[in-house]
Amino acid sequence: MSRAAVSWAAGRRMAGRRNPWMRAGLYFTLLVFAFLYIYPFLLELGTAFKTETGAVNSAVNPIPHNWVVTGFSTLNEFSNGYFPLWALNSVVVAVFVTAGRVLFDSMAGYALARLRFRGRGGVFAAIIAVMAVPGVVLLIPKFLVIRTLGIYDNYGGLIIPLLADAAGVFIMKQFFESIPPSIEEAAHIDGAGTFRTFWSVVLPMARPALIALTILSFQGSWNDFADILITHQSESLDTLTTGVGRLVSGALGAATQYPLRMAAAVIMTVPVAVIFFVFQKYIMRTGEGAVKE
Amino acid sequence: MATEQLELPAERRVPGTPGTRRRGHRARRREAVAGWLFTAPAIVALIVFLVVPIIMAAWVSISDWSGIGGPFSSGVHSVGAANYAALLTRPGLAQQQLGLSIRDNLYYVLFVVPLQTVLALLLAIVVSRKALRGRGFFRTAFYFPSVTSSVAVSMIFLFLFADSGVINGALGYLGVHGPNWFSDPNGLLQMIAHGLGIGAPSALTHHGLLGVPWSQWLAGPSVAMCTLIVLAIWTTSGTFMLLFLPALYNISEQIEEAAIVDGAGPWTRFRRITLPLIRPALFLVLTLGLIGTWQVFDQVFLITQGNPVNTTLTPAYLAYQTSFGNAQWGQGAAIAFILFGIIVVFTVVQRLILRERGSLTKALGQSARFRHARGDGGWPQ
Repeated sequence: MSRAAVSWAAGRRMAGRRNPWMRAGLYFTLLVFAFLYIYPFLLELGTAFKTETGAVNSAVNPIPHNWVVTGFSTLNEFSNGYFPLWALNSVVVAVFVTAGRVLFDSMAGYALARLRFRGRGGVFAAIIAVMAVPGVVLLIPKFLVIRTLGIYDNYGGLIIPLLADAAGVFIMKQFFESIPPSIEEAAHIDGAGTFRTFWSVVLPMARPALIALTILSFQGSWNDFADILITHQSESLDTLTTGVGRLVSGALGAATQYPLRMAAAVIMTVPVAVIFFVFQKYIMRTGEGAVKE
Repeated sequence: MATEQLELPAERRVPGTPGTRRRGHRARRREAVAGWLFTAPAIVALIVFLVVPIIMAAWVSISDWSGIGGPFSSGVHSVGAANYAALLTRPGLAQQQLGLSIRDNLYYVLFVVPLQTVLALLLAIVVSRKALRGRGFFRTAFYFPSVTSSVAVSMIFLFLFADSGVINGALGYLGVHGPNWFSDPNGLLQMIAHGLGIGAPSALTHHGLLGVPWSQWLAGPSVAMCTLIVLAIWTTSGTFMLLFLPALYNISEQIEEAAIVDGAGPWTRFRRITLPLIRPALFLVLTLGLIGTWQVFDQVFLITQGNPVNTTLTPAYLAYQTSFGNAQWGQGAAIAFILFGIIVVFTVVQRLILRERGSLTKALGQSARFRHARGDGGWPQ
C-alpha cells in the first residue's frame, strides 16, 4: 500500500471515528437494504416448506410453523407428471448451449483477435451490429426461421438458436487481445498448426475467461424464458422456466398454491445459486472488468 | 467466406516451389483459411438466427400471412404498409392497444431507469468504501437477484404482493389498508390529482394520441404497474452496481485525499470528483437501462398479461400476443419493428443529450460481458 493510500485510509477511518452516529446510521441503512434484497429469497425458501394454510396465514414469517414437503411432492401432479422432464430439459439445454457457446465463441474470438484474414473487419463489424438489435424484437423473427428450418417443436429448436451469441464472441476477442501473443508465436515456429496451437496452447491459457464464459452461458441458458417459449408447443419440450411459467400464467394463475410455486422457484434457483456462490469471484470480476478504462 | 475457401484448391495446384517467399505466402493463406474456419460456426449461427429472421420478419410485417404454410408460399400477398397503418394512423382497436402499450411502457421506463440508476450508484459508492466491514457480503446480497431467473422472481413477487401477502401484511401493521396490487388499474398521477381535487378537463378526455385520450396518457403508472417497477428496480440495481464499482475503484486516492485536505465535504467531492470520473459508467448504465426497460416481456407474460384494463401492456408483450395469440403475424411483426424504432430513437436522443464521445463499439464492448451475466445475451430487463 502506498503512503498516500495509507493516509487516505487513515483519513477515512478518522472521518468515521469523528462521527460514530453517522457510521452507525450508514451500517443500519445498509443492513436494511441487505434485508430487502435477501428477505424475499428467505420467504421463497421457507414458504416452499409450509402448508397451504400456513403460507397464507403467516405469510410474513419465513420460518414454517409445520415443516412439510407437500409443495415439492405435488409439483409432479400439478404439472401432469412433466416436472422431472422439464428439469431434465433445462439441464440438457443448459449443457449443450454452454458447451457450444464456449467452443464457438472462443474459436471466433481467437480468430478475430489473432488471425489475419481478409474480411476480419467486416465480420467484426457485423457482430457489433447484431449485438445492437434488442432480443425481444427478435422473438417473432426467430420463430419464423425455426419453423422454416423444420426444427420447431424439437430439441434442435431449443438448442441451436441459442448458440448464436455475439456477446460471447466479443468477450473472448477482448480477452485474447489482452494476453501477449509471444507464446503462440513460439508454438508456430515449432511447427504447430493453427488449430493445434489454439487447442493445446491458447485454450489452456484462457482458463479464467473460459470459466467465466461457462458460468455466464450456463446461467443465461438456464434462466432463459422468452427465447425458449417461442421454440415449441409440446409440454414435453418445456424447460423449468417455460413449463412453470406457463402454469403460473395459466392454470395456476388464479389459484394461490404458494408452497407449490415457491417449491418450483426454489428448484429453479438452487443450481444457479450454487454455481454463483462457488464461482462468485469469476462472475464479479467479469462484471467489474466491464467498464475498466 | 465461400470465395476464400474455394480458392484453396487452386492455390494447392500451384506447383510448390520451396522458397521462403512462397512459404510465407502459403502460411498467410493457411492463416486466412483458419480464420474463416474458426469464425464460421459463429457467423453461420448469427446469420441464420439473427440476420435471416430480421429479413423474414420485415416481409411478414408487410404481408397478410396467417401463420398457415410458409410466409413465402404463393398464398401470401403483400399488403404494403397496411399493418403499420392499422397500428399508427387508422383509428381502431389495434391502434389503441399500441398506444396503451407505449404509454404503459413509457411510465415503466420513466420510473425504473432513474430509480435503478440512483440506487445502483448509491449501493456502489457505499460498497466501494474500503473501510466498510462485510463488503463482500453486501455486494453478494445486492447482486444475487440478478442471477435468479425471471420466472422465479416473478413468482416471488406474485406472492409478496398478493392480496393477503407480505406487503399488505406489513402495511397492515402500519395501519394502512393495502390495495389489490395486481388488479388495481388506477394511475398514480391520476390518484394524486384526484386526492388534490383536480378532475380531468374535457379537452384532455376528448382529444388524444394513438386512440388514447390525453387524460389516460397522463394517468401515470397503474398500481399494478408499480409492482413491475419495484420488481425491475430490485432485480437490476445489483447488476448496475457491479458496473459502477470498477469506475469507483479507479478514482485515484490522491485526488480524494487532496479534496479532503482542501476541506471539500462529501457532497462537493461527489459532484466535483466522483460524478465526472464515473461518467462513462453512468452513460453505459443509462443506455443499458433504457434499452432493457423498453423490452420488458417476461414479467408481463408471467404476472399480469397486460391486465388490469391494459395498464401493464408493453409493446413487446403486445407483439407476442398479436402474433402467437391472435395469429395476426403481420401486425405482430410490425409492432416489433415499431418497438425497435422506439428503442433506436430513445438511444439516439439520450446520446445527444448526454453528448458522450465514446464510439458505439466501445460502449457495446463494455456492455458485452455484463449482458452475458444477465442471460441469453439479450439486454437486461
